[in-house]
Amino acid sequence: MIRIDCPVCGIRDESEFTYGGDATVVRPAMGEAALKPWIDYVFMRDNPRGAHREYWHHVVGCRQWLVLERDTLSHMVGTCSLARDAA
Amino acid sequence: MGGFRLSSGGRVDRSRRMDVRFDGRGLQAHPGDTLASALLASGEDIVARGFKYHRARGIYSAGVEEPNAYVHLRQGARHEPNARATTSEVFDGLCATSQNAWPDVRLDIGAVTGYLSPFLSAGFYYKTFVGPFKGTRFWMICESFIRKAAGMGRGIKVSDPDSYEKVNAFCDLLVVGAGASGLAAALTAGQAGADVILVEQDFELGGSLLSQPVGGVCDDWLAAVKSQLNDLPNVRILTRTTAFGAYEQDVYGLVEHVSDHLQAPENNQPRQRYWLVHTKQAVLVTGAIERPLVFANNDLPGVMLAGSIQSYANRFGVLAGQRIVLCSNNNSAYQVAVQLAHASADVTLVDARPDMPQDVADMLAKAGVTIMTGKAVIAAKGRRGVTGAMIVPVDKTGKATGVPVRVACDVIGVSGGWSPVVHLWSHRFGKPRFDEAAAAFVPGDIGGETVQCAGRMVAAQTLGERIDSGIGAAKATLNALELKPSGTSLPATPEIQLDTGWSQDMLAIWAITDATRMTKGKAFVDIQHDVKLSDLDQAYSEGYVSVEHLKRYTTTGMAPDQGKTSNIITLARVAELSGKTIPNTGTTTFRPPFTPVTIGALVGHEHGEHFAATRMSPIHDWHMKNGAVMSEAGAWMRPWYYPEGNESLREAYIREAAHVRKHVGIVDVSTLGKIAVQGPDAAEFLNRVYVNGWKTLQVGRLRYGVMLREDGFVMDDGATARLGEFDYFMSTTTANAAKVLALSEHLLQTAWRDLKVHVTSVTDQWAAFAVAGPKARDLLQSVLSGADISREAMPNNHFVTGEIAETKVRLHRMSYSGELAYEIYVPSGFSRHVWGCLIEAGKAFGLRPYGTEAMGALRIEKGHVAGPEIEGRTTLKDLGLAGFASSKKPFVGSVLKDRPVLVDPARATLVGLSVKGETGAVAGSLIYGAGQPKQGHGEGWVSSTTYSPALGHPIALALIQNGKARMGEDVQVVNHLENQTLMAQIVSPYFFDPKGERQNA
Amino acid sequence: MSHYSAFSVFRNALTGNRQWPRAWRDPHPKPEYDVVIVGAGGHGLATAYYLAREHGIHNVAVIEKGWLGGGNTGRNTTIVRSNYMMPGNTMFYERSMKLWEDLSQDLNYNVMISQRGQYNLCHSPAQMDAARRRGNVMRANGIDADLFGRAEVKRRLPYLDYSASARFPIHGAIFQSRAGTARHDAVAWGYARAADRQGVDIIQQCEVTGYIWDDGKITGVETTRGPIRAGKVGLAVAGHTGHLADMAGLRLPIETHVLQAYVTEPLKPLVDTVISFGAAHFYVSQSDKGGLVLGGDLDGYNSYAQKGGLPMVEHTLASAKALMPSVSRLKLLRHWAGVMDMSMDGSPFIAKTSIDGLYLNGGWCYGGFKATPASGWCFAHTIARDEPHKDNAEFTLNRFERGYQIDEKGVGPQPNAH
Repeated sequence: MIRIDCPVCGIRDESEFTYGGDATVVRPAMGEAALKPWIDYVFMRDNPRGAHREYWHHVVGCRQWLVLERDTLSHMVGTCSLARDAA
Repeated sequence: MGGFRLSSGGRVDRSRRMDVRFDGRGLQAHPGDTLASALLASGEDIVARGFKYHRARGIYSAGVEEPNAYVHLRQGARHEPNARATTSEVFDGLCATSQNAWPDVRLDIGAVTGYLSPFLSAGFYYKTFVGPFKGTRFWMICESFIRKAAGMGRGIKVSDPDSYEKVNAFCDLLVVGAGASGLAAALTAGQAGADVILVEQDFELGGSLLSQPVGGVCDDWLAAVKSQLNDLPNVRILTRTTAFGAYEQDVYGLVEHVSDHLQAPENNQPRQRYWLVHTKQAVLVTGAIERPLVFANNDLPGVMLAGSIQSYANRFGVLAGQRIVLCSNNNSAYQVAVQLAHASADVTLVDARPDMPQDVADMLAKAGVTIMTGKAVIAAKGRRGVTGAMIVPVDKTGKATGVPVRVACDVIGVSGGWSPVVHLWSHRFGKPRFDEAAAAFVPGDIGGETVQCAGRMVAAQTLGERIDSGIGAAKATLNALELKPSGTSLPATPEIQLDTGWSQDMLAIWAITDATRMTKGKAFVDIQHDVKLSDLDQAYSEGYVSVEHLKRYTTTGMAPDQGKTSNIITLARVAELSGKTIPNTGTTTFRPPFTPVTIGALVGHEHGEHFAATRMSPIHDWHMKNGAVMSEAGAWMRPWYYPEGNESLREAYIREAAHVRKHVGIVDVSTLGKIAVQGPDAAEFLNRVYVNGWKTLQVGRLRYGVMLREDGFVMDDGATARLGEFDYFMSTTTANAAKVLALSEHLLQTAWRDLKVHVTSVTDQWAAFAVAGPKARDLLQSVLSGADISREAMPNNHFVTGEIAETKVRLHRMSYSGELAYEIYVPSGFSRHVWGCLIEAGKAFGLRPYGTEAMGALRIEKGHVAGPEIEGRTTLKDLGLAGFASSKKPFVGSVLKDRPVLVDPARATLVGLSVKGETGAVAGSLIYGAGQPKQGHGEGWVSSTTYSPALGHPIALALIQNGKARMGEDVQVVNHLENQTLMAQIVSPYFFDPKGERQNA
Repeated sequence: MSHYSAFSVFRNALTGNRQWPRAWRDPHPKPEYDVVIVGAGGHGLATAYYLAREHGIHNVAVIEKGWLGGGNTGRNTTIVRSNYMMPGNTMFYERSMKLWEDLSQDLNYNVMISQRGQYNLCHSPAQMDAARRRGNVMRANGIDADLFGRAEVKRRLPYLDYSASARFPIHGAIFQSRAGTARHDAVAWGYARAADRQGVDIIQQCEVTGYIWDDGKITGVETTRGPIRAGKVGLAVAGHTGHLADMAGLRLPIETHVLQAYVTEPLKPLVDTVISFGAAHFYVSQSDKGGLVLGGDLDGYNSYAQKGGLPMVEHTLASAKALMPSVSRLKLLRHWAGVMDMSMDGSPFIAKTSIDGLYLNGGWCYGGFKATPASGWCFAHTIARDEPHKDNAEFTLNRFERGYQIDEKGVGPQPNAH
């Protein structure tokens, strides 16, 4: 059971959230017309074995998108922040 | 064998006798008994038959490690297969039957397979049934027999009458196990004020203390500690509760057997309760399981774990036999021998070690125990139960060094040391550490931040050490919890005679064999799965040298007991074969659950109609009252059609659709997704998520829009109204509402943080009805006040607000059916009222409700795409929607939609099919050119079909390669599965009123 | 007596089963091979076997960091089927099915192919339509498929929930009679033994730590047992593809996710086929030992840990009871997990990479086990001939740039939804 310390709601079980994948991929600017940046954003992933920054959506809570640090090998959870505040 | 009840002693209530039956025979059972102790007390030697060879099997242990005593429990709908007799409490009316035996366990015909055993060696099925010819037939014939022979208990096909419930619990400290050290830990933490949950799988607290003689010093200690615990309101004690798994972030799964000790649940209690415990700290004190010694015929009824014989004698007042041979390699058997002798048994202790301390020897002799040192049992004798033990001198490795001598006995107790129960620790932290002194796996050095282990689980030996380790573990958790120990102390540790533990001077041997490492007769490692020492040897010699291979090849450790007594012996044997140490050979990977858990318990209430939430429109009751047949649309229930009389679906939808075209109909579209899009940048947001432009939309107007996924495929469509300068009301399809909202939130909170926009789901706040048909305006004008909806004042894509039946509503003029149509948005709480008024007022205009099937027929006639066409693999161009896309601005998916394969002109595109004949095509049929072979993926496929009431013949929507260029061509519409080939002509998908005159009327 | 048959079992029984030869050798790695396959799971071993048998390339090593067959080959729910609709998938999986049907004789090892049939249940008219499209594609490509209505499904599977309280009523099912199950471990062992007899070296306990590079080309692997040179290196390490690709500097359209599987206590025959629930990701069959084998959805997050969480356990068991209410009183014996390469469209990769000398087989999502024979067959072809077989022609790495997404579910580039 992954438990996430939502900055709005406090610690909650993973069943309240949906997973949103790698949070390090950067969406190209709206005006980007080249194909490659969009291919990279939509399809390509680092997929690390270890530390991972990832999106979670508190879908049955505050509906905020969060950025969680989590280890994909140990499942250890680190800090969690609002996606809107993330660097 | 021949167990019997002692005249005194034990923790059972001899004054009450319970009605307990096994295979129809009454047992001598009292409150406090388990089914196993009652079987033993009643002289039921054979309680089961082996998995493979159907050899007679008796009770082997007194706990969860039991490999043999599995039975069918209860009858009828409460039948439960593979119930463990050693942990099943007796109750009045208990009815158990034997498994995997015919006609019964006493005389099982299946035992003839024992004669075939040389041909049933490890992995025989991989070799024997390759088959003489190609294909799978030969094996499948063999398999049908093997399947019947395999399996253990018999499942039933009847629904479970009992209920289950789930509890989310939170605490500071979870203590798993209420033996001496667990009780000490719980009391220490409880006295310091921690919020404690103490869990015990047994129905009584005390653990191994319960196996000490009644009325002794242990009972005093236990009573004092229990009483102190009961006085602490911050300690919750759960008995009959198994902690079956330890999960990430200190969440533990528990199952409380609330009613399994009763014939049926009482007082509306559930049968079992699933606890999901979220704790800050845990102390695991799960004890240890005694290890067997392996020798020939070690599965005979009467061969038992030594400690279990002690438990049966002291806890249940049952002596397993009169003449008991104990075979041991460690000190823990001393106490057993003395206590059994005190309980009137004739005891011989055969100790594999050459020497015995003199003081111990004196004590044993004084109790009347016969002592043999440097010897071990190499074979059990007997056919249906133990009648003797072959005892032989052995060396330090367990090999015979002399000639066996037969000693008559009816029980052989074995003790090969003890295995700490590291399962829960291992669920969390992986591989345990091998402790050489204890010759056992113990928890490793990680996890201490939130998990402490204590007691026998960490190989603590004497009672004093165990209690101290429990206290120490509790103190460590108090430290982490920033609580101070209270200073109150526990009762003084009781002194028990011969409280030796097992590790000191242990001789780590596992099997007793002849000098060549063979046994005369079958020597079982995994008694439950009938895996012999020779099977391990064979698998190893065939190259299955890793423990993982060997386990899988021989299936050792994979039976319901999950190898609780056998895993370490397997490892030891492989270590010996490979010349490696045990830790270098491997470890067992422990996986949840610790003991099997009832599926129903983890499901709780979420079954039947409660398996998933059901979403219902606020008009749902009306639909039901008016005879609607409902259908599923994701989580929603929607009216499919409203049959009149004995109408079929087809008759009903044709009537309903035709009625809309001729008069007026009303359909409940409350399930549509509705999203409030608000803020100064709302128009910019819409411009980005929709392919079409939004900056020019005026207040009071609405517009149809299409959205793509990030990868450029069509995701959703719907209309959005501009309610105010910064206030938009978006609608989505029923199926995609959640997806659209989540994507919008994601973009606004990550990439588009600069946009000042809020998106809020208002799906449940608004009901929506579409009123469609030539008389729609007339009807609405008769009920609506406060707004002018005349043709001139309110063209298509406009909305107004007004009142119907004193309720504020919003009317959107837009048409899905192609008729003059309005969508009425009503606050949900008033929607049933407004709907009722519309139905009432509609009588004068011939208003009839219509369902999703008629709605589908109407939209197909108009060539509107819906779910079957927006199926996740179609593009704007494929669906004829490319014209909506703005070329002046970027939008979600705008770059990726133009990848080469997606702009290939030969792609299948949306067309209409005018289907010949009366029957009509079915969706999912494939398209082939006229005269072309009906093979391969085809040139396209049929997405939606209907009989067109307006055209009077069947039509369909299809996606066909290069479709737009093929207007007028005849094609074959083939449904291979239902053997249907129809001819159809490719036509425009806009079958009916292509100019839209009716909707603009 | 190295050939397996009923006769050899009889002969060996007479000598106390002590004369059986080793199933495969335990060789030391040679300094150089024509081909090194990384990963001794079913796919890697099958690739080596077909390289030798079909292409005459016998100087092959399969190297494995743990024990052969110890990854997903030995952790899956053992279902084999060929009910795929998308061009690019359909004939690939049917090739696999055909190879499965003769595999026990090909390998001289009974891999227990049990063609007990598979039902995909449908719970709405829309699902029936989608099933019909799939079934028609199968039939039109020579693959068996049947579409059954509710009454026929009820006649065949009377123990499912047809009551009025069923949350998702059963409307019908699509059925493939040739689908079924195989014994997963035996597939790895059978291929290992057969490859070994073809001269292939299977080197266990040998972990790849890097690649040997020669002028931008990969010419071997660095391992914990020393460098091994190779003309060509093929990766068949589904679940860990990301990790090994990363070492080569490749970024892939793959996320690694954890998938759990479940087995109940052993029971006398109860379910004699394979059933997939259409209202949730759930399927059930019964092993020859008698346990009901249950499969469900991914836990949903990136993970290389071979363990999952309770929420998915609860959901999977709830699906089991929703489908078949009588499982309620049965007991869950074990749940475990494997790590999956989840690709961005749910379909795999069998292709040359952009790096000379490096070939990739991965991205199997849930579907790797059933693909084992065809995967090995096609990967061997791709490595031997330096061009894809027609059946894996679309399993390229650049298909996303081209816009050729092979998306059986139509859910788009969301790895945890496939």
